[in-house]
Amino acid sequence: MNNSDINILIVDDEFSVRDSLYKWFRSDGFNVDTAENAAAALEKFKSKNWDIVLLDIKMPGMDGIEFNRHIQSLNKNIIVIIITAYASVDTAVQSIKDGAFEYITKPIDPDNLTHVIRNAIEKRRLTRENLELRQKIEDLTSPDDIVGTSPQLRQVLKMVAAVAKTDSTVMIRGESGTGKELIARAIHSNSLRRYAPIISINCGALTDTLLESELFGHEKGSFTGADRLRIGKLERANNGTVFFDEIGNISMKMQMDLLRVLETKHFTRVGSDKPIAVDFRIISATNRDLERAVAEGHFREDLYFRLNVVTIDIPPLRERREDIPLLAQYFFNKYTQSMTKPIKEISAAAMNQLINYDWPGNVRELRNVIERAIVVCDGEVITPEDLSFPFSARSKQAIGDSLEAVEKNHIERILNRTNWQISQAAEILQIDRTTLYHKIKKYNLTKTM
Amino acid sequence: MTKRIYVIPIGFNDRSLFDPLCLSLAHRFGMPAQIEHKPINIHRAFDPYRNQYNSSVLLAQLIEDPPPDAGRILGVCNFDLFIPILTYVFGEAQLEGIGAIVSIYRLKNEFYGGQSDHHLLMERLLKEATHELGHTYHLYHCHNMGCVMNSSVYVEDIDEKSVRFCRECERMILNQAQK
Repeated sequence: MNNSDINILIVDDEFSVRDSLYKWFRSDGFNVDTAENAAAALEKFKSKNWDIVLLDIKMPGMDGIEFNRHIQSLNKNIIVIIITAYASVDTAVQSIKDGAFEYITKPIDPDNLTHVIRNAIEKRRLTRENLELRQKIEDLTSPDDIVGTSPQLRQVLKMVAAVAKTDSTVMIRGESGTGKELIARAIHSNSLRRYAPIISINCGALTDTLLESELFGHEKGSFTGADRLRIGKLERANNGTVFFDEIGNISMKMQMDLLRVLETKHFTRVGSDKPIAVDFRIISATNRDLERAVAEGHFREDLYFRLNVVTIDIPPLRERREDIPLLAQYFFNKYTQSMTKPIKEISAAAMNQLINYDWPGNVRELRNVIERAIVVCDGEVITPEDLSFPFSARSKQAIGDSLEAVEKNHIERILNRTNWQISQAAEILQIDRTTLYHKIKKYNLTKTM
Repeated sequence: MTKRIYVIPIGFNDRSLFDPLCLSLAHRFGMPAQIEHKPINIHRAFDPYRNQYNSSVLLAQLIEDPPPDAGRILGVCNFDLFIPILTYVFGEAQLEGIGAIVSIYRLKNEFYGGQSDHHLLMERLLKEATHELGHTYHLYHCHNMGCVMNSSVYVEDIDEKSVRFCRECERMILNQAQK
């Protein structure tokens, strides 16, 4: 930051003070202006953002103490340095309490003025840097993968916005791949806790012992292999958010331990009896029917109610098909850019398949299908041949449980995938061409694309 | 008309300081420098409460009715200077003007309880005179520690820097001189 980037406003009713400070700061290359009273200074506030304001206490009209309060109400990042001819501890304390950065008595020792200004600039630099970093954090944590305009998604986002402002525990429910963690991150990044971490814990992936150590941490030597102190995820999430994914999968013992933490806001590391205070918000997610688990005695009812203050249900992708083209295009843009492939678009036929597919794996599956299509695509357009649906037997067109229905659907899918190249399809199906022709006739299959 | 630097003694006239000062300033700023006597009312600048002289009041008198060939006017006094907001100053200058003033009062070793050192006083005076005249060329304080335009709060700061402009300040002086 150069001195010429720093705007200093001098507010003093004495011309000689304004003039001498003006010259002093100008000779240092600062951008300086003066005002003879608070009213004139307020006018200057309309046209410029001031970094540092040197403010006389004794002025006719609004005095410096009052004007300092006004400046602080306008912008707390402005650094106010109070100057006065009357050294009074009371006024000094009051102005500092009101947010002034420093208090100096005139005449000022040149060395003192230099130090005060240097410190003020450093503080201003740190404030600016802090604001920039916060902006960067917000940019990084903004969950940009939430794409769609369907009423169902809009309703979810409305809930996210409403619940983010509170500190309530949230239960997110939805099928696998619907984006439960993204929604949790969206709540966190819009909450007052956004500058503290959001810590994710996949309860389904860990054994009881591992989960305990993961959550609470452990002291060195607390068990075989604990060769050093480990800070648990709850401790790391202090002031932030803990996201418990697959919460329905934790054991009864862990449910009890977790309930205790939620009730007392304290926990102890494994191998220690020293309680540690924590403050975090809990967001949990599940794709299980927790009410049923409670009814069957597999999930504690008291924990269920603690975790489930607000519920957000994320609809499966098949229930918001109008979002599929937007999501497909979003992932298409994302992966063509990151893979730097010269693919221009998704063909209408391919998009049609994407829209009609049932997406049992939801948005995650759609993302994977698009990513794979971009990898395998050799041309400039993604065609149906580039698409591969791992769960396509469950697609919309494959309704029916009989062996014949499944066979018909499977043959049709392979034919479409091979663009009705009979030899290639027969080879994949491991039947001869005659049998394949026979089956095509039997199931009345026709080439549609 | 050849522009020149007028060096105006205020309150004292020590040729052993002024003659070498003129020579050095002429060399540094590329124009002749000479001593000029001008009546200055120092009582108008005196503040009895502070027992100091207001440098801005003196500077205003120095630049009043300048000679037509005055490229720069430098007042040199031997009493303590101040500007209203600060406890003291070594000197003052018009940023991008023609006038500057320096005082030898706080440049003397005796002020700090030391032995008189004429050579050191001469060096400090030349640095401060060059520094203040540098401001008249629209130079700001320079962050380059060795540059004469580096800000000096204490006399030790003056002793630490050189009498020369850094390359960047030198370039700006040349640009301004060509205007």
